[in-house]
Amino acid sequence: MNVISFIIGIVLVISAIVAIEAKKLITSVVMLSLSSLLAVVSFVLLKAPDVAITEASVGAGFTTAIFLLTLKRLGRGKSE
Amino acid sequence: MKKVVAAIIAFLFFVMFVSILNSDSKSLMGIPKFGEVNLAERVSSRYISKSVSEDAGEIIYGETNNAESGSANMVTSIVVNYRSFDTLGEVTVLFIATTGVAILIGGGKRQRLAISVNPILKISARIIVALLLVFGVYVFTHGHLTPGGGFPGGTIIAASTLLMLVVEDDKRVSKLLKFLEGSMGFLYVVIGIAGLIITGSFLQNFLPTGTIGNLFSAGIAPVVYSIIGLKVGAELSGLLDDFFAEEEEK
Amino acid sequence: MIQYFSVMLIAVGIYGLLSQKNLVKLVVSLNIAELGVNLFIVSLGYVAEGKIPILSPIVNSSSMNFVDPLPQALVLTAIVIGVAVTALALSLVLKVKESYGTIELDEIRGDNS
Repeated sequence: MNVISFIIGIVLVISAIVAIEAKKLITSVVMLSLSSLLAVVSFVLLKAPDVAITEASVGAGFTTAIFLLTLKRLGRGKSE
Repeated sequence: MKKVVAAIIAFLFFVMFVSILNSDSKSLMGIPKFGEVNLAERVSSRYISKSVSEDAGEIIYGETNNAESGSANMVTSIVVNYRSFDTLGEVTVLFIATTGVAILIGGGKRQRLAISVNPILKISARIIVALLLVFGVYVFTHGHLTPGGGFPGGTIIAASTLLMLVVEDDKRVSKLLKFLEGSMGFLYVVIGIAGLIITGSFLQNFLPTGTIGNLFSAGIAPVVYSIIGLKVGAELSGLLDDFFAEEEEK
Repeated sequence: MIQYFSVMLIAVGIYGLLSQKNLVKLVVSLNIAELGVNLFIVSLGYVAEGKIPILSPIVNSSSMNFVDPLPQALVLTAIVIGVAVTALALSLVLKVKESYGTIELDEIRGDNS
């Protein structure tokens, strides 16, 4: 239990740092979705299933969809 | 230069917080160590044993009748029954945000997709939409027995709307959804006022709470969660429809 | 252990808010900081050897050892409010793009001098 939560925590922080420092915007959004998914696993390890279901459907589903629709409307030019 | 200063500020914040977590004096913020929490000195012990007003003894699944909130899921009983005013505030915040998005970017024509959709995808999407709707309704009606509740149930219904909007090229969400969202919010306040008239406190439980573990138990908790599930589903579907609209030509 | 990682996430989110210039990346940093805060609040209620706070045919009495349900109820509200703020912020980004033509903060500020 301790080893699993340690590994998940390390990958969570690394993907958050990559999400901020990425060059393309689509990489940021995909890394944000990955962070949200790892947070769902952390919520299950902390024995909170209500919070896990809500974060899974809202964070990894709805927020990613809204970000991608915004990028589609913005993205006629590339960004830094 | 700016990134170095920002990194130093973030690192100082991290060091300050970790030093607070590691100190074990009771007077400095009182954050206990991870996992060593004594529930008897927190208010949650009253929520768990369902004895906020008077002492209720031991709660047993399948046998206790007419407990104080009657739902098997303790988080549901907190969200809907003991702290229902916070849920009313959250519903209001969602409503204001959706109205803001609709004013800013709503009301244009539908954007066309760049690729044409396979007919297999169009037909199988209809079957999946039906399954998703049934699953969403199951999640929010069984909110007092299983994990879940109104908010993830509404999001699953919005996911089915997203699937239909992506597959069909010229459909839009009907205007009936905005009316459904407003009327469900109004119905929640009406239930609160009914609780005020019948029992004397706003949003108090006035239906009988049956045996713990049945579907028809826990008073107004399944009713309120169904209202919240339909409201959130309609709201998020309308929000997705606003993001699909095209910008207006100047 | 998860508490240190959630505080690290809040620090990464603060770093992103202070140093990025693209408006969409600011919204992403705000989301990362909110993930960290929600993880920290739920971890305050963890009891070692506790059970999930749902009564069921095998966990059937209220005198067993449960995990604290109150922080979970508060975080449930906070997650939904976070998604509403994200949607409103992204629609504001779209309107900024429509009226200024760019979403980098350097070019917006240097425009009216």
